[in-house]
Amino acid sequence: MSYLTASGESVRIRVDPGGTALFVSLIRAGFRRYATYWQAALAGLFTNTVFGLLRCYVLLAVVAGAGGSAAGYSGPQLVTYTWVTQGLLAVVMLWGWTDLSDRIRSGDIVTDLLRPASPIRTYLAIDLGRAAFALLSRFVVPITVGALVFTMFVPQRGSTWPLFVVSVALAVVLCFACRYLVNCVAYWLLDSRGPVIAWQLASGMLAGLGFPLRFLPDWLVAVLWIGTPFPSMMQASVDVVIERDPVGTQVAIVGWQAVWAVAMLALCGLVQRRAERRMVVQGG
Amino acid sequence: MGELSAYGQLLRAQARAQASYRASFGIDLFVSMLALGFDVLSVIVLYQVTPDLGGFNLREAMVITGITAAAFATADAGIGSVERLRVLVRTGQLDALLLRPLPALPQLVLTELSLRKLSRVLFGVVVLAVAVAAAPIQWTPARAALIVLAPTAGAVFFGAVFVATASVSFWWVESGEVGNAFTYGGRDLAIYPVTAYQGWFRRIFCYGLGFATVAYYPALALLDRPDPLGAPAWLGWVSPLVAAVAVGVAALVWRAGIRHYRSTGS
Repeated sequence: MSYLTASGESVRIRVDPGGTALFVSLIRAGFRRYATYWQAALAGLFTNTVFGLLRCYVLLAVVAGAGGSAAGYSGPQLVTYTWVTQGLLAVVMLWGWTDLSDRIRSGDIVTDLLRPASPIRTYLAIDLGRAAFALLSRFVVPITVGALVFTMFVPQRGSTWPLFVVSVALAVVLCFACRYLVNCVAYWLLDSRGPVIAWQLASGMLAGLGFPLRFLPDWLVAVLWIGTPFPSMMQASVDVVIERDPVGTQVAIVGWQAVWAVAMLALCGLVQRRAERRMVVQGG
Repeated sequence: MGELSAYGQLLRAQARAQASYRASFGIDLFVSMLALGFDVLSVIVLYQVTPDLGGFNLREAMVITGITAAAFATADAGIGSVERLRVLVRTGQLDALLLRPLPALPQLVLTELSLRKLSRVLFGVVVLAVAVAAAPIQWTPARAALIVLAPTAGAVFFGAVFVATASVSFWWVESGEVGNAFTYGGRDLAIYPVTAYQGWFRRIFCYGLGFATVAYYPALALLDRPDPLGAPAWLGWVSPLVAAVAVGVAALVWRAGIRHYRSTGS
């Protein structure tokens, strides 16, 4: 494509059909950026591991008290559940992303809007790079610790592995879209702290981090799965990998995640366009 | 007296600042209460799939949960803001506090205090009151005293944990979430019966670090139950002692940290 400069010259810019090359290089940049904070990753790893041990023992005590099976989950399945959720917590990054709302509040968002690329695509690419680093650093280690200390459930069906990979990828995209939306509140409220805290609480509980959602009454589980994106961000991937359901249901779960991911991304686009139309940039 | 009025002014300034954004403050206050609600709710949810967790039924376990909830909420509201230390150390803002002729810790706590957390204290106390009312407790004057003593000592204990773990950032600036493993992790640990945990994990966290004395042993004393793990009954009464030791350790760590502190110089 070509741009016209102020002096009337036409400058040719590297052809990048669909912005793919840009997207890929942004993913790489995201990976490098988060890899720089390796100390923070190490600290988070320690915390995830302690919480994993704690939750694992409690859930095993629940299974023992319930006579070997709780809400259809066996002991080893709950062990896998605990460690996969602790690992996924950093991969989908449920908490702690305020980049966008910080930039909206400070006014730096202007720079993003001036760029010839959609901010959603840019932030998504960086987030995918971040998730890739988290997968290597913060997913692998807790799973290993869990496998060393406890007896873990290992998937029995070959089809589960690719389904799990797709499921995690969709969970990352969906969780990104939800975080983006929550951050967008800052376009209207400036102080988005309340909604951010509300998001943290709701997502932690309803995504299935504290306990498997099936521990809740059936009607509530149905409402959460159908009416909210939360279960699709974490519980979905875990239920897939511990083969809680037959193959058909596993596929349906992943399909439902895709529906949510597409819907929330579309909503992001809508909200972003509205915000751009009404926004008054913070000066200073 | 001069010091006290200085602290009073810091507190008033903080209260005015936080209450001036009414809508935000209202949302914060409400959400803050939900936070603790979710923790307590988790315990109840687990009891929906099992009648027994580590040898305790829901009514008995809720006494443990209630003591921990009240203790943690109080510590968090009172001194929990000390976790902001890592930001102050990283940015060098701690210098401003050290320059003033007042001890740094109370200043830090007061300037970072968040009033919304007060709603959690109220909620924690309500949970404890309901739990105690529903539990099969044979009341004696000693037990009535324990119901006040245990959450108070627990709050002091958690407060010491907050200070000690926050101090880690004096040596390791990028320590980030490490403290959470002991503060919020300690809370999550202590809301369940110690019998749920096993092996080295129980030895280190419940006994080595003392979290078992916060709520589990006082609850056993209240419920008049022998410890399934075989510990003597007087352990239900040692939490003030454990809290005192924790405060001593936290004070030492804090002092060593302050001496070790070198400003970022930027």
